[in-house]
Formats: sequence, structure tokens, C-alpha cells
Amino acid sequence: MNPHLLLAIPVLPLLAALLAGLAGKAIGRAGAAAVTIGAVAASCVLSCVVLEQLLVEHVPAFDGTVYGWLVSDGVRMQVGFLVDHLSALMMVVVTFVSLCVHVYTIGYMHDDPGFQRFFSYISLFTFSMLMLVMSNNFMQLFFGWEAVGVVSYLLIGFWYTRPSAVFANLKAFLVNRVGDFGFVLGIAGVLYYTGSLDYRDAFAAAPDIAAKSMTLFQGHGWSALTLICICLFIGAMGKSAQMPLHVWLPDSMEGPTPISALIHAATMVTAGIFMVARMSPLFEYSDAALSFVLVIGATTALFMGFLGIVNDDIKRVIAYSTLSQLGYMTVALGVSGYSVAIFHLMTHAFFKALLFLAAGAVIIAMHHEQDMRKMGGLRRRMPVTYWTSMIGALALIGTPFFSGFYSKDALIEAVHASTRYGAGYAYLCVLAGVFVTALYTFRMMFLTFHGEERLDHHAQEHFHDVGWDMKAPLVALAIPSLIIGYLTVQPILFGGYFGEAIKVLQAHDVVGEIGREFHGPAAFALHGLLPGPAWLAALGVYTAWLFVLKHPEWGADVRRRAGWFYRLLVNKYYFDWFNENVLARIGRGLGIVLWRGGDQALIDGAVVNGSARMVGWLAGVTRRLQSGFLYSYAFWMIIGLAALLGWFLYGI
Amino acid sequence: MITLGHMLTLSAVLFAISVAGIFLNRKNVLLLLMCIELLLLAANFNFVAFSRYLGQLDGQIFVFFVLTVAAAESAIGLAILVVLFRERRSINVEELNRLQG
Repeated sequence: MNPHLLLAIPVLPLLAALLAGLAGKAIGRAGAAAVTIGAVAASCVLSCVVLEQLLVEHVPAFDGTVYGWLVSDGVRMQVGFLVDHLSALMMVVVTFVSLCVHVYTIGYMHDDPGFQRFFSYISLFTFSMLMLVMSNNFMQLFFGWEAVGVVSYLLIGFWYTRPSAVFANLKAFLVNRVGDFGFVLGIAGVLYYTGSLDYRDAFAAAPDIAAKSMTLFQGHGWSALTLICICLFIGAMGKSAQMPLHVWLPDSMEGPTPISALIHAATMVTAGIFMVARMSPLFEYSDAALSFVLVIGATTALFMGFLGIVNDDIKRVIAYSTLSQLGYMTVALGVSGYSVAIFHLMTHAFFKALLFLAAGAVIIAMHHEQDMRKMGGLRRRMPVTYWTSMIGALALIGTPFFSGFYSKDALIEAVHASTRYGAGYAYLCVLAGVFVTALYTFRMMFLTFHGEERLDHHAQEHFHDVGWDMKAPLVALAIPSLIIGYLTVQPILFGGYFGEAIKVLQAHDVVGEIGREFHGPAAFALHGLLPGPAWLAALGVYTAWLFVLKHPEWGADVRRRAGWFYRLLVNKYYFDWFNENVLARIGRGLGIVLWRGGDQALIDGAVVNGSARMVGWLAGVTRRLQSGFLYSYAFWMIIGLAALLGWFLYGI
Repeated sequence: MITLGHMLTLSAVLFAISVAGIFLNRKNVLLLLMCIELLLLAANFNFVAFSRYLGQLDGQIFVFFVLTVAAAESAIGLAILVVLFRERRSINVEELNRLQG
């Protein structure tokens, strides 16, 4: 593969971002949109070319350096690309979703004064994400990792005059710092044991590291690889919003909707999943780390799903759904089903971006109203949005033949087949999660699009359906949401698509195990009609229909009877309460102690002002000697002379 | 017989008198100048004494230099004194403390 072509893929959006950001006034709104869309479209085409080269022409994977930044004590830090089937797939997904979001943004941000700034940010985000997925070393991975974090911060706080947006972006940034701390420790561990930041060296050394043990506390040896993997996964927990570091993602809905679609559903939050899949040669040698991944993922998948049921904000429901689906992917990683995780990541990217963009269209049509209780019956007013989001919803709950079905069903089968510690718990969680997913998804669909209209006067008056600049991306995303699973399930999961890119030990190969019962995508879907997850999903839809459309009064009844559980859900399991009242308070207390005691008293008081005061005091004493009288000067001279003389003569 | 010891003693006495004059005089800057002259003379006396004792003329040549410089110095000192007096209407040492820091 041509390295210049590969370099162009991330650099084009970067240049466009700089142009739109720095020269936004000069090139105008249309110019900024044209430049960034053009650049991302070019990246998308080039990514497709790369994928085509890998798939059709069977060009070997590219692994090389394009720029050496510095060498420090034998450690090379460089910009390098590893483009194999895994990263090529991610590149196509990222650039395609990004392109759809770019186009959609024209309509969504139409009357926003920060139009050019927004385009600059999302192009910058595309650049960061591409650097992350294309990287062939930990340094660049970390660069991309932090860069997407920064752009996410900028975009959550895009409407920086809203206090809630500023609170949310700070929260996202801080929570991600917690994860990144673990991530850096993991990278440091890799560097410590291999002396190199390249994936290649780290992967080659994985079995050796697994044999080593590291002493954390006196007398307790840990497998070094387990520790490294758990540290790396803590980074993934921050970025991919796994419990308990998930708290930032629902709040990130303060940002404009295109961002929720691009960053907080389709791409950035999947960076953690991608990273673990990329690191499969490391994780494979540590059963303990994978069990940890599995349990965290399963817990997130089920318990975050519950929260979607009690939310009335349309974007927050989808946000909790994203959390839950990320939990599913993490579960797949935990049972060594890396290819299933990436497959679900891909299908999820399409239908979740679709759902978010559809929600955004509804919000714009409703004149920035996000409360579903004030919607209803929009099916007739915005048919295109309704049908596309229906495709997205059906894909999300795993209806047979839709893309989500293939990934989710394969995922559940893989968990079922796994014998890893914690797999039983995870299986229960993901199965129950299917019902919960269907319940909250269709509660949202019914509340928004069905039933009688509950629009308030303001929304009634200003209601206008969105234009085709916003509908076209919906359609463009609905098509892959519908068919991509059917088309790609066989090659990606069972056709050895990933090849060398993902490593699974023979004993852990759950995907291969379920592959033995696979007889083509249509048979797979028909098999799904047997009692199983699809029935649970149907039950969820039926329950949603009962509670929302048939007997709306039941909801209040259930709320009253299960009051404590409802309160637990509404308060989001008290995670925010705990963070704000315990962790933040401890942090603030510590800060105040260090500020008052350390900074003000010790550094300012004793060291800085203290030394100045000391000099002043000394000067005050010595100035008394300067009487100004000639005779006293002469006297001191004589005394000095006598002293010197005495010293010379008697050596006192 | 007058020995070197006698001369050095005289010189030390002269020196001590002039130093004491510098400290103890609190009234008159003129006296200060005279004390400085005396101090220099005490030093000159040492030069001459050693010159004679060692039988070398170098010391006496130095004395000429010192006397010349002393004369110039006292001329400048008196000139400053005159200006000082015009400025402050006093040559009282107690009042001349403008060097105080």
C-alpha cells in the first residue's frame, strides 16, 4: 500500500479543520462546509479504496513508520500506520458516519452562529479518530485517544454559554482523566517489559510477559500481563463509558445532536472497544483480565439499559441505549469474541448514528424540544424520519434480518458458548438486556411517533419538517442499518476476515464454535425466530405497547408500587450523587487543605514571602550601622583594620 | 642614641592621636581634615625612619609623593568644605549625616 495515500486519509480532514477553524470568516459558511465535507468525503473514498485493496487485491497489511518524531534512550516515538483488515474496517465506518454527520450538520446547525467552528471541530475529530485507529504504536494511539477526548470536550461544551453544557464537558473530561490514568499506566507497563512502544514488539512479547509476575503489595505477586491488561481496560472503561466511569456519557447530550451521533454513539466511545480488540494478542494471555472485562461489560449492558426506561428526554434514552450496547460489545470482548465485538460495533455505529440523527431531526422539527411527553403522533408529520428511525429501532432490538440481529445474536451465542469465569452471569445479563432494550427503544418510538399529539402551543405553531439535507443522511444510514448485517455476517465472523489482525487462542475460540452451526445468513435469521432472544425482544415491544399506548395509566401505577426501585433508577443508581457528594467533596477538601496549608502557608507564606521578609529584616538591622557620620565609618574602618591585623599577626 | 624603635613609637603615637582626633572630634570638619593630614604625616615618618634604617632612598621618594598628594587632597577637601559651608551654613560634624541609609 502506498504510505502517501494512507497519510492523506487522516491529514485531509486535519487540513480542512484548520482551514475552517482559522480562516472560517474568510471562506464563509458555505466555504467551511464545502471544504470539510470535501475532505471527509475524500477520506471516505480513500478508506474504501484501502479496504478494497485488502479484500479484492489481497494486498498484504501495511505496517510501517511514516515519520520518526524522536528517539529517547532507545525508545522510538513515531507516527506509524498499521492498516490491516481491522483498522481498514474501522476507517470506513468512521469516515462514512462522519460524512453523513457532516452533511446532516448543514441543516442542523443552519442558524447557529458557530457554524464554521462546528465544522472545524468535527473534521478535527475525524482526524483524531483516524489517527487512533490507524496507529501502529502506543504513542500514537495515546495521541489519538487524548485528541478525541479534547474534541469531545470542545463539542460537549459547544454552546459554552449554557452552564449545564460547561458542567457536562468538564465532567466528561475529568471522568476520562480517571480512565486515562489507568491507560497510561498500562502503556508504561508495556514499555517497561518490552522497551518498545510498537504493537509488533508488544504482541510478540505477550507470552513472556504473561509468565512474569509483579509485586504490588508485600507478598502478593500478580501476573504482569493481567495488570497491564486491566490498566489498559480501565482506559477503555473511561472512553467507552463502562460502569463506573459511564457517568459522563448521558451528560454529554448537552452537545449538539450531530455530535451525539458521531462521537457519543458511533465512533469515539467505540475507541475503547477497538483498542481492546487491537490488543487481543495481549488480552488473550490473561484470563483474569478478560473475566474482569466480561463482568464490567455485562453489568453495564443490563443496568444501564434499565435507566433508559425511566428517562423522558429523547436523547438521553438513546444515550443510555448506547451505554448498554457498549456493554454488549465489552461482553463480547470478555469472552474472546473480538470479531463479534467489532461486528456489533460496526452495525451499532450505523443504526445508533441513525437513531441519533433522527432524534435530532425531531428536536429541530419540534423547535428544540427534547421531552418525549410533549411529542406523540409525529409519524404523520415526518414520515421519512419515522420510517428511518423505525429501521434503526428494529435493528437496535435485534429483529431478524436487520443488521443488529446478526451482531447481537452472534454475541449472545458466543457468551453462551464461553466457559470463562463470569460467563454465566454475563449470559443472564445480555439475555435480560434484550428485553430491556426492546422495552425502552419502543417506549421511545411509541411516545414520539405514535399515539395522540401532545405538542404544546409553541411547538404546534413552529412545527416544520426538516429539509432533505437532514433527511438524506438518515436514508444513507438506514440502508446499512438494514442490510449490512446480512451481507457481512459470514465473512466477518466466520470467514476469517480479520486473519492476523485479531488473535484468539484455540481454547477460547467461541466464535469458531458457533460458526460450526452457521449455515448462511438467512438460515441464521430463521433460526433466530425460534424461542430465544428475538422472542424476548418481541415481548419487550409488546410490553412497551401495553404501557405506552394501550394503558398509559399503568405507568403511574407501577411507579407507585415499586417506588424505591423507581427512585433508584431516576437517581441513576446514585452514581452522580456519590461522585458529587463524596469524591468531589473529598477532592475539594484535599484541594482546600493543600491550598490553605501547602500553597498559602508554606509556599507563599514561608518560602516566598518568608525569604523576602528575611531580607527586609536583615536590611533593617544593617541600615542602623549606616549612621551617616564620618567618624563612625572611620571607627569601623579602624576596627576592621585592627581585626585584620590581629588575624595576620596572631592567627586568631 | 635615637633608635628605630623610638622613631616608630613616635610615629605610632602620632597615628593614634590623629585617629583619636577623627573619632572624638564631633564639632568641626576642619579638625577632621587636619587629623587626616597628621595621619599621613605619621605614615610619612615611618617611611623616613625605615629609609634611614635601611640606607635606601626609596622611602624618602615616597614621602614626596605622599606630601604632594596630601597637599592636593587638602586643597580639594577645603574646597568641598567651603561649598559645604555655603550649602548648609555649618561645618558641625554632628549635623553632617546625609550619608545615612
